[in-house]
Amino acid sequence: MNTALLIFSTITLAGAAAAMTLRNLIHCALAGAVAFLGLAGLFLGLGAEFVAFGQVLVYVGAVAILIVIAVLLTRPARVAGESPRVEPWLPGVGIGVLVTGALVAMVKASLVARSPEAVSSPAAPVKAIGEQLMTTYVLPLEVLGLLLTAALIGAVLLALRDPGEARRP
Amino acid sequence: MFELFDQLFVNLKHAVVGALPEGWQVLASPLISAAAILGVFASLFALTVLVERKGLGRIQNRPGPNRVGPAGLLQPLADFIKALTKEDIVPVSADKVLHFLAPVVMLAPVLLAYAVLPFGRNMVAVDFDAGLLFFFAAGACVELAVFMAGWSSHNKFSLLGAMRAIAQMISYELPLILATLGVVMLVGSLSLVDIVASQAGHHWGWLARWWVFTPWGLAAFVIFLIAATAESNRAPFDLPEGEAELVAGHLVEYSGFKYAIFFIAEYLGLFAVSALAITLFLGGWHAPVAALDWLPSWFWFGAKLAGFIVFFIWVRGTLPRVRVDHLMGFAWKFLLPLVLWNLVVAAVWWYSRGWAFAGAGILRWVGCAAMILIPYSLLGRALYTRHGLGPRTYRLAA
Amino acid sequence: MSTLQSFLIVSALLFGIGLTGVLTRRNAILVLLGIEFMLNAANLNFIAFWRFGPNPEALTGVMFALFAIAVAAAEAAVGLALVIAIYRHARTANLDAVEELKG
Repeated sequence: MNTALLIFSTITLAGAAAAMTLRNLIHCALAGAVAFLGLAGLFLGLGAEFVAFGQVLVYVGAVAILIVIAVLLTRPARVAGESPRVEPWLPGVGIGVLVTGALVAMVKASLVARSPEAVSSPAAPVKAIGEQLMTTYVLPLEVLGLLLTAALIGAVLLALRDPGEARRP
Repeated sequence: MFELFDQLFVNLKHAVVGALPEGWQVLASPLISAAAILGVFASLFALTVLVERKGLGRIQNRPGPNRVGPAGLLQPLADFIKALTKEDIVPVSADKVLHFLAPVVMLAPVLLAYAVLPFGRNMVAVDFDAGLLFFFAAGACVELAVFMAGWSSHNKFSLLGAMRAIAQMISYELPLILATLGVVMLVGSLSLVDIVASQAGHHWGWLARWWVFTPWGLAAFVIFLIAATAESNRAPFDLPEGEAELVAGHLVEYSGFKYAIFFIAEYLGLFAVSALAITLFLGGWHAPVAALDWLPSWFWFGAKLAGFIVFFIWVRGTLPRVRVDHLMGFAWKFLLPLVLWNLVVAAVWWYSRGWAFAGAGILRWVGCAAMILIPYSLLGRALYTRHGLGPRTYRLAA
Repeated sequence: MSTLQSFLIVSALLFGIGLTGVLTRRNAILVLLGIEFMLNAANLNFIAFWRFGPNPEALTGVMFALFAIAVAAAEAAVGLALVIAIYRHARTANLDAVEELKG
């Protein structure tokens, strides 16, 4: 693993860890955006340009902004001394560490360790991605379009003011 | 002779890189490109500020800055020194770290976006296969910086301004991206170098084959221009900074050099998006007519960019600010349906390319133009009457 | 340790961070963020396996990652709308305060 990938992995993991531990929700969301950027760097290093830029566009440009705005809209009423964590937090951390440990151990022990390095660099050409999207994956693409439309309408309906609720003067 | 001037900067860079020792070359090549882009566009920024102040002065019937240097020519220098030496005030209740980081996060993605723009023949820093997507991905990061600036100041005006700016940028990003899709569809590539290359050649032996000369290209270009103005928070879409209502939006609590960095980022963003418009619709570095092909490619790019800058200054000096509800309605109810319809027209244009009967060219052009203009006028009229977008009559208190 | 393996370990760690966050944070928005991290860890796996797999021309991993990103965007939009709706109802976005099914 070369230096650039090492840096990007560090950024990703540090951002994610900060997002899950910081107290201020806005800081958490911004740290999350840093983690998404680091991941985009990792994708770029793996030769998946299109996915990397799509990741930045969707996650940093849309999801991070959405999260930040949701935090502002649900500004928690400040209860003094309230912990940001679920109260007995040790079991949760324990399960997380166990699962991570199991995953890492499995990766270490698997056949993947002896897999050969990639022979050439098959940077995914955008043209090939487009052609596949329009031929092999055309049905999933259409379904995805339907899903996104449904999600858009659903989100708008959910966030709409209740009809019974009085309008603010 | 032409070759010499056309490839002047490319050869210069190759010479410098070649003169360096072997190990440094890999590092030096991108660094030189970055330094050149930074230098050229930072000085262009200084020049633009001067031209803008002078031009706005002319439009408003006053001389503009004329004290520093001959005819006020050294004004940018004075502005620079002023910004640099001014006291940098950070509000007590501000989130110090985010308040400091916001200008940096604002400027960095804007500079990154320049990496994929072709400024002349062989003059591009990185030719990504998905260059256009890279440009928009970099632009998406700016929204987060605006939010950081507005939120970290702990000031209701800056938070309101930031929210307005984000809402505006997200709304206008859709028509901006969709307007470029027609070109991407017909070229079949997201690489900006390929898009410029696709506009080589001439109609009837003299007029350049630019996308703006097609009906859908012209419509997409106009929509792109409107969306780009809104995207870079320029007048008449400068609501996020509306001085009269929000003081200066997310910039309220910024002073000194941090404010200057926001200012630079805003202008560099404007140049970048203009450069993208040139690349996509105005043939990039190609000359407009065949007879002018003897001028170097970078000259044409610069001339077009200068034209854009003058245009934006003119618009700023001429048009009044848009109202907030009109702003959103305009993007979602008018631009978005039109730009989607424009994609259909682009497809019709593509499938009618094989027509070979007499008068096919004219029929194709007029037909596509009608396909755009009729929905445009119908939609415009519907919105005009139904949603109160029309002229208002104000009654004075008697 | 091969390159593929190091990517898989990064992905496993990211998944672990996301999972721990989901299990320990009480704010619904951060739980959503944790879920996004887990989805992203899966995406990293898909891209890594595509890159080092036997048949990179098929682009299956890239396609899967692209579709996952799009679905995740929809999920985030609906999820956050739900959080806002819950907040409007219960005046809180803390998950252990919202335990009644009855409105």
